Amino acid sequence: MLGYILRRILAVIPVMIIVAVFVFLLLRLTPGDPAAIIAGDMATPAQLERIRTSLGLSEPLHIQFVTWVGLLLQGDLGTSLISNTPVTTMIGQRIWPTINIAVMTILLSVAIAVPMGVLAAWRHRTWADYAVMSFSVLGFSIPVFVIGYIFIQVFSIELRWLPVQGYAAPSDDFGRFLARAILPCLTLATIYVALIARMTRASMLEVLGEDYIRTARAKGVAERIVLFRHALRNAAVPIMTIIGTGFALLIGGVVVTESVFNIPGIGRLTVDAILARDYPVIQAMILLTSGLYVFINLLIDLSYTLFDPRIRY
Amino acid sequence: MLFKTRTFDEAANVLTITDLTVRLAGNPAAKPILDGISLQIREGETVCLVGESGSGKSVTSLAVMGLLPKGALEVAGGRIDLEGRNLLEFSPQAMRDMRASKISMIFQEPMTALNPVMRVGAQIEEVLDTHAKLPAREKKARVLDIMNQVHLPDVERIYRSYPHQLSGGQRQRIMIAMALILEPKLLIADEPTTALDVTTQQQILSLIAELQEKHGTAVLFITHDMGVVAEIADTVHVMQLGKLVEHAPVEELLRRPREDYTRRLLKSVPSLTPRAARPVPEGAPVISVDGLQKIYGSHGVFRKTKETLAASEVSFAIPKGRTLGIVGESGSGKSTVARCVMRLIDPTDGSIRVAEKEIAKLSRRELRPFRRHIQIVFQDPFRSLNPRWTVGRSLIEGPLNLGTDKDAAMARARELMKLVGLPDDAVDRYPHQFSGGQRQRIAIARAIAMEPDVLVADEAVSALDVSVQAQVLELLDELQAKLGIAILFITHDLRVAAQICDEVVVMQHGRVVEHDAAEKVLADPKHPYTRALIEAAPGRAWDFANFRELRTA
Repeated sequence: MLGYILRRILAVIPVMIIVAVFVFLLLRLTPGDPAAIIAGDMATPAQLERIRTSLGLSEPLHIQFVTWVGLLLQGDLGTSLISNTPVTTMIGQRIWPTINIAVMTILLSVAIAVPMGVLAAWRHRTWADYAVMSFSVLGFSIPVFVIGYIFIQVFSIELRWLPVQGYAAPSDDFGRFLARAILPCLTLATIYVALIARMTRASMLEVLGEDYIRTARAKGVAERIVLFRHALRNAAVPIMTIIGTGFALLIGGVVVTESVFNIPGIGRLTVDAILARDYPVIQAMILLTSGLYVFINLLIDLSYTLFDPRIRY
Repeated sequence: MLFKTRTFDEAANVLTITDLTVRLAGNPAAKPILDGISLQIREGETVCLVGESGSGKSVTSLAVMGLLPKGALEVAGGRIDLEGRNLLEFSPQAMRDMRASKISMIFQEPMTALNPVMRVGAQIEEVLDTHAKLPAREKKARVLDIMNQVHLPDVERIYRSYPHQLSGGQRQRIMIAMALILEPKLLIADEPTTALDVTTQQQILSLIAELQEKHGTAVLFITHDMGVVAEIADTVHVMQLGKLVEHAPVEELLRRPREDYTRRLLKSVPSLTPRAARPVPEGAPVISVDGLQKIYGSHGVFRKTKETLAASEVSFAIPKGRTLGIVGESGSGKSTVARCVMRLIDPTDGSIRVAEKEIAKLSRRELRPFRRHIQIVFQDPFRSLNPRWTVGRSLIEGPLNLGTDKDAAMARARELMKLVGLPDDAVDRYPHQFSGGQRQRIAIARAIAMEPDVLVADEAVSALDVSVQAQVLELLDELQAKLGIAILFITHDLRVAAQICDEVVVMQHGRVVEHDAAEKVLADPKHPYTRALIEAAPGRAWDFANFRELRTA
């Protein structure tokens, strides 16, 4: 097990090297003068020169790469060309809203979706099943921003229960955080509930046809225990995969929701950086998201061993 | 043959089924699945319910347990009385309370009947949690006690094991422990030994008998195996298409069956007496295998895993028109040999000569033209044909690969259908429109469409009912006489081997322990393992087809 984790972590290295090379070349291989691309059409020669020195563009390519990786390993992701603050600081400020919203969204989605999926499978082909499936289809098909605006209209403007927009750190004032995070989380959760409920239903349907479910019933075990103790754990692996992938996507940033609710997360940071051609920030975001994906995938794989003793690494 | 002859006239009735009718839910017009079944089981009695697939044996047992698939089947009439109370009137909760405490059930597949993600100790304990409130310490003591009673070794370790860490026989013992821990009045055993090896089957049967004796349990034993019936039954009920056709004490039924259907069923039980040896034909063998070896797990990417010797030093040769059987229990390596010979897996050592060509070391590419010389028929006719292809398309795929013209191949496919006893328009239909026996005929037609020299039959009749089994074996025999193919017949069933094989190879732990003419191996086994196999064959002293003791010539 420990050996497996070590091997998996070692296997991350080549992946990250490939990502790093790609990120590095992203700017350098674009046709034309990178400094000119960054600075835009209206730049003065002095501005161009400043950009060239700050990015080390006058050196040969391999020297540039070594310098860049060297700085990267020291945790130096460069400095934003627009705000002139270190990229690490910028990400540090913006990542917490995203992580907090993501964690809450996933917890909320799992708490709603898994019982829904179990119910749908248990009451297969009844109105309960059809209701869950219809909700799923709706959750998939309505665009996120529409759901967001509907929630704002209903809960903030009509009922005046919750603030319209904004964000507060949970460490400062948890009540304020909760009041502002509920609507974006619910908005995001709609699609994840749809996704996870569907996966839970499909996986449970398969498991409920297994012989050991019949054995459990033949023991006189109550249905609740048959469903949650016997079936759900056996159905867990595909559900876990969906939850994990969903979480990774959430961390990667959810631009639309962040814009609708005016949350200072990394989704908007990325979009702003792309629009402003702030290459150091873009590069850092690519590295960060790919690293997170790899890490979360490792966690998903390890979680399988918790559910299924037959899986041993 | 010693039959059980106890009488139960004095014993109290445990289960009485009266005129039980089960229908497809929501379809009162359809023919009932169970049509007026009546039977009774008395204290300490073993009632065997026999019949072919689709006769309604399992539906009967599930109806008693109240576990008929919801929304698919429903009880339409009759009574099921357990100790005088009609189970059909019980509420779902009351019925749950009966299960495992008054009526228990064990199932056919010990491999899938236990929850793979729970420790087996916890699974047995769950029965106690559900029906009795006991302190933790006493609970564990009860579980270990029943595990000892079913003769599991090292109970403390097995208590903490997961199902996949146990053998099939051990898992079935866990199932039995689970079923009997609360000493129910009635045990329903639905083909509990069908998936087990003969030697394990024998142990499980005697375990059930022992515990039944000890606790006075009534047993409803469902099986299709007449050998098992002869060994364990007090009373036998024969089912056909949802009806009970005949019931009688076991000896009476086997000696003097009254109904035609029972007679037919008994007549198709293959005899353990081997077929007369056919003359050895002239000429070189069409397939010869020499020193075949297969080792698994010798290369790992990151680490060296433990090596498993799946087959070692296996040698045999089959001449044209003859049949060689490889007999052994699960894990003996017989299927490994079949797959190596087919080159579906690559042997680690040894030589395989088919049609005068060494094929053991050929690359996939070089092998392609030689595939036609050797073809295989698999065990499960329900899964070995592509369900989305017409039978014709499955049949002509091989010939088309070899460059045969499509119309010619289709014409040939129609001929083949007739050859295996199916209508020639069967080529336009899909596999699900055929029964198991018919599908196995299609699988055989598919194999011989390639005009092979050698046909490998890997447990090709094991999934079939005895009467169908007899027909398929006959078909193989006919085809062999007509086409002169050599057959390599892999089976765990000595009765089947006796029917069809000229020569028999007995394998154990990947090695050949005995290899001789079928009559010698079966009538005068030399190796202790072969003897153990033959002795474990249930009902071996009875000649079912002639309704009498086996007379040794």
